[in-house]
Amino acid sequence: MSIAPEENTKFSAYAHPERLVSTEWLAERIADGDVRDGRLVVVESDEDVLLYETGHVPGAVKIDWHTDLNDEVTRDYVDGAAFAALAASKGISRDSTVVIYGDKSNWWAAYALWVFTLFGHEDVRLLDGGRDKWIAEGRELVTEVPAPAAGEYPVVEREDAPIRAYKEDVLAHLGKPLIDVRSPEEYSGARTHMPAYPEEGALRGGHIPTAASVPWARAAAEDGSFRSRDELDSIYRGEAGLSEGDEVIAYCRIGERSSHTWFALKYLLGFENVRNYDGSWTEWGNAVRVPIVKGTERGEVPAGF
Amino acid sequence: MTTQLPTALAEIVEDFQALGERDRLQLLLEFSQGLPALPERLTDHPELLEQVVECQSPLFLTIEGQGRGAEARIDLFFQAPPEAPTTRGFAGVLREGLNGLSAAEILAVPDDMPELLGLTRAVSPLRMRGMTAMLGRIKRKVGAYVAQTSAAVPS
Repeated sequence: MSIAPEENTKFSAYAHPERLVSTEWLAERIADGDVRDGRLVVVESDEDVLLYETGHVPGAVKIDWHTDLNDEVTRDYVDGAAFAALAASKGISRDSTVVIYGDKSNWWAAYALWVFTLFGHEDVRLLDGGRDKWIAEGRELVTEVPAPAAGEYPVVEREDAPIRAYKEDVLAHLGKPLIDVRSPEEYSGARTHMPAYPEEGALRGGHIPTAASVPWARAAAEDGSFRSRDELDSIYRGEAGLSEGDEVIAYCRIGERSSHTWFALKYLLGFENVRNYDGSWTEWGNAVRVPIVKGTERGEVPAGF
Repeated sequence: MTTQLPTALAEIVEDFQALGERDRLQLLLEFSQGLPALPERLTDHPELLEQVVECQSPLFLTIEGQGRGAEARIDLFFQAPPEAPTTRGFAGVLREGLNGLSAAEILAVPDDMPELLGLTRAVSPLRMRGMTAMLGRIKRKVGAYVAQTSAAVPS
């Protein structure tokens, strides 16, 4: 049984306010015992695999994007059976309300939320501002790791198509809006490797033709929370030129930063058809004979694509 | 082949290998807590530090040598924020395992030594790259120090 969404002025301007909770809301739910009762499961998902251990939101469990959500062998996400086992072990049932938060303005938390969405988990929300805002407000942190009663989670097959783009999908999409969320140096191709150090990321630098450059962090305010609806509209509809009904694909290096942008476009601005290209530059920049544009201009789709 | 490692580093590797995967992470956390702060002469001069860009979190390191050539005693210095405990943990292992050794001993540490800690599964291969890169940069800096101090032998 899910918990009623939070209502506040900031969130109500977003297309899907039910996808966010504030730090105040979460602190109250924890105080009310919703986490203790298992109705609400709080998940921390960080870039750093040990950060949770240094202190976390009381009652929160940890899910690591690398070791829990990625398949160990194939470059892919875990399958339905592995996801069900993971969720159950964290006390998550199919109807649980899950609130995810993490470091770096929720960059990895958004990635975890995106993977939960691949499995169609219905009620999964982000803590606006994430770990940093919680800490900045002086809220409680604990090191005790909870041992929740196992959840009941069915084996659900992943449904990638609606929110995940493969390389072939991106090729078929060329001509429609793309958002490149990497740094300007990565976008222009100025930075492919450091002198004298091996480049482990990509053989080619630049961006996918016509992609607009909107570094992911522009969607976040100084305190790590999402910018207001108006600010986001002026960035993505204004500067990047997205318009109502557009199909959009976002990408970065490995699909984590672009999950954050995916969340903003889909749930905050209400674009229905937004996909995250998780192959991203580590695939595109290594793929044979795909078109690439160097420099700061968006460029054009070459003939034949 | 832990027998080829300097004693302190070999002991650390044995400690990690004696533990299960979860406890290895805990041990890494302890190393992150034990990483000493930079001495003031370096905090005042960030330009003396080199960033390990392969690490996901900002990590800076430098070395200082006493003496000349391969026999020189090498001290290691690291700086990483508390929000990056994994990176700090790797730095802590290298600091405790290598600090104060001779340049020759440090240069003899195998490049793939980080894999001996048995953390690759628990931490992920991508994150382990950061530690391998850290060791690589230390060895390169030590190599440069040896070359520099050997070349300028006073007559």
